[in-house]
Amino acid sequence: MSITLHVNGKSHTLDLDPGTPLLYALSDDLELRGPKFGCGLGQCGACTAIVNGTAVRSCVTPVSAVVGKEIVTLEGLGTPEKPHPIQKAFIEEQAAQCGFCLNGVILTAKAFLDKNPKATDAQIEAALSNVLCRCFTHTRMHAAIRRYAKEVAK
Amino acid sequence: MTAAFDRRDFLKTAGALIVGFSMAGGDASAQFGNAAIPGSPPNDQLDSWLMIGADGSITAYSGKEELGQGIATAQQQLVAEELSVPFERVKLIYCDTALTPDQSYTSGSQSHPANFNHRGLALACATAREALFRMASASLGVPVDQLTASNGVIGSRADSRKKIAYAQLVAGKKLNLTLDKNAKRKHPSEWTVLGRPVARPDMAAMATGQLEYVHNVRLPGMLHGRVVRPPMVGATVAGVDENSVKDLPGVVKVVVRKNFVGVVAQKPWQAIQAAEKLKVEWTPGIALPQQSGFYEFLRKQPSRDALLVDSRDSAQTLAKAATAITARYDQPYQMHGSIGSSCAVADVNSDHATLYSPTQGVWYQKTTGAMILGLKPENVHVIYRRGSGCYGLNGADTVSYDALVLSQAVGKPVRVQLSRKDEMAWENFGNAWSMDARAGLDEHGNIIAWEHESWTPSLGNRPGAGTPGNVVTGMLVGFQPAPFSPGPAQEPRAYNNGSNGVPSYVAGRVAGVNGGTGIVKSEKVLVHNVRSPFWTGPLRSPARLQNTFAHESFMDELAARAKADPVEYRLRHLQHPRVIGVLKAAADAAKWETRASPNGKNPKTGVVTGRGVACVAYEGDNGYTGIVVEVAVNQADASLAVKRMWVAIDAGPISNPDGLRNQAEGGALQGMSRALGEEVTWDDQKITSVDWRTYHSLPLGFEIPKIECVLVNQPDEEATGAGETAITVIAAAIGNAIFDAAGIRLRQIPFTKDRIKAALRSRA
Repeated sequence: MSITLHVNGKSHTLDLDPGTPLLYALSDDLELRGPKFGCGLGQCGACTAIVNGTAVRSCVTPVSAVVGKEIVTLEGLGTPEKPHPIQKAFIEEQAAQCGFCLNGVILTAKAFLDKNPKATDAQIEAALSNVLCRCFTHTRMHAAIRRYAKEVAK
Repeated sequence: MTAAFDRRDFLKTAGALIVGFSMAGGDASAQFGNAAIPGSPPNDQLDSWLMIGADGSITAYSGKEELGQGIATAQQQLVAEELSVPFERVKLIYCDTALTPDQSYTSGSQSHPANFNHRGLALACATAREALFRMASASLGVPVDQLTASNGVIGSRADSRKKIAYAQLVAGKKLNLTLDKNAKRKHPSEWTVLGRPVARPDMAAMATGQLEYVHNVRLPGMLHGRVVRPPMVGATVAGVDENSVKDLPGVVKVVVRKNFVGVVAQKPWQAIQAAEKLKVEWTPGIALPQQSGFYEFLRKQPSRDALLVDSRDSAQTLAKAATAITARYDQPYQMHGSIGSSCAVADVNSDHATLYSPTQGVWYQKTTGAMILGLKPENVHVIYRRGSGCYGLNGADTVSYDALVLSQAVGKPVRVQLSRKDEMAWENFGNAWSMDARAGLDEHGNIIAWEHESWTPSLGNRPGAGTPGNVVTGMLVGFQPAPFSPGPAQEPRAYNNGSNGVPSYVAGRVAGVNGGTGIVKSEKVLVHNVRSPFWTGPLRSPARLQNTFAHESFMDELAARAKADPVEYRLRHLQHPRVIGVLKAAADAAKWETRASPNGKNPKTGVVTGRGVACVAYEGDNGYTGIVVEVAVNQADASLAVKRMWVAIDAGPISNPDGLRNQAEGGALQGMSRALGEEVTWDDQKITSVDWRTYHSLPLGFEIPKIECVLVNQPDEEATGAGETAITVIAAAIGNAIFDAAGIRLRQIPFTKDRIKAALRSRA
């Protein structure tokens, strides 16, 4: 059936089964490279998108649940030439190895900090308790997130 | 594609003179016993490695790929440095079987040694630099020794008006030179680009969702495949009911080839649903050995034995030692567990195949892919595209075969991404290992004999040039894994500690020569290789991590028995300056307090802290690491916190300090996750650790230890591996710190809360 999604400020009308997880609409129909299939079970974070300001696991979110909502993906934040402050923080901290998990790490941290600008380190850690990075670039990622946290706390 | 064909035409006419010295001696292909695969640009020809464009651009071609470890950045720095051009001017192309020289696998910590010493890409750059200087000398009428290069221009030192750009010298032509083994590289003291913490040029694309991974490759008319793996180990196909999915939307074809089953559909979600609903009848699988007694099971299996060292007197020395100590250490199967399940895209027609693959061995995908397809290898073109970090043989090779088989069946491009369960249940796991250590001490507590005997199961491996059955898809379509035949050990002929089977503290005497890093002369290392019920293959620091966990834990036990300080005791038994160097560097950084472990001042209740140390010469001579770890053990609830780590690393001349630090930090934490939580599990029929609830990786939200890296630069040594050193020693360092804190010794990985609790309970 015909479904309209609002992604990164634009409307897209797609022919989809309403039960299709949002991830496939984003990565296949719209060919976005930010959201990634990691587990398909909502366990790792690689597929994360921000929907109406909240980080959701797009691999377990049917498109029918996000119709009419504002969906933002990693490429919706900024570009290599003009990165969003949180992306800039990750670039400056060189906070990645393979980079496959970055989508989930950045979007989860951003959605949390934007809602909780005064969050403590422990609260940030708790917010990331279900996000995985298998290259274990944790030290740098935490540094990048703290850098962004300082900015939103201003 | 246009650029690719231009490049191939260029190479056809380039390098007509295939003479000169052999590269085989130092190349990674020699190590792996694989000859170069025909069809790639010849390794001994300069034009295979470098192209200087008429516009002054520099394109470098490498057979070592970016896996996320940062080697692309370092290679780009290397080329910029040797050719005296800005970093940004260098374009690097890697691992395309039609375009780049065959450098075998990107694995085994071989990229830094292969391309940053006097061979490979570094030698190509040095050859080019000298050729350009000769050409400039002829053109300018200035002797070579009075010329200097900067920003892609060679000029006279004395007369700034006399200068000429590379682009003018080369004028878009090929260089037609054989690599010159006498060409001089720049000494690290002259470096201005290499050796600096140059930022990764791919970082911005990764952070903004622009980078193309293999998962993002889209070809015109591309379909999507999904495989249906057997539900149990050893199950075979009894029947497939294609009608069970024929009415589902988007289904193009059900593909059955011997025991391989898959579906192809228009869209990924359609393929996933069809694969779930497809009715397949399977025969029962094999009975799996019980996990609870698995290490004992291993020790009773027929084995293929190997002796790494044998002084033939170790039993007698142990018998007469003042103190004899034995301990057993166990390491489970662990998995690569890539964050993204593996993916590949294949386009196969009747006589030609193109494969986009995240494999570590494009040349072997070419030959084994051809075997799978029944095509000639020269008609299979393999192009590397980045995948999710692999840490060794994850699902990349097997999913590449999946894509080839499905694309061939439909005659159209097919993209396949594995499910989380298919990735985790069928990957080639890092080997389990059960190890016995035995040592004798003299009356002063010094080690006089050391024996290490171990049992390890294996099945399959990297496919190499001709064994597609070494991974699951190859076997499902009818190929066999490398055969296993039990047999006795042969006398060792040459010292080889590539597996770190030999502890750092023995002499390593083979054929009359001491090859080891230590001094203990009475020594024996015996390995029993047995057949594994599960697929196995290299996982970051294969064998080295398992053996080193035993060696470095045992060394700590010996030091404790001798009531000696663990650092001082290690130094007493080492003779190799670089191992000694990293050990001291880590201890110095940690402000190591000289005393024996455990810490007698710690109470038996409440939270106690402790420090542990471990070190290794990775593969005997391919990188050096010493690590000190500080932990806190809560003796009330058995919880463990790793508070700090000091990681000293020596990888020869440092090519990129920030890249090296990133590898050391990531390796240490990945090693910590493997030490504390990761274990493959199974029941009587199948693997049961199939997702992130059943396989325990430390998430981003745990309390991360503060890590301090000490980078030991060695400008006059050979470049060595760097990415697998920290992970090799971390488990022992943590275990040793737990012992220091609470007086309990953990000898089985992972160090779960239950095991810590049990050890605290049984503590004297």
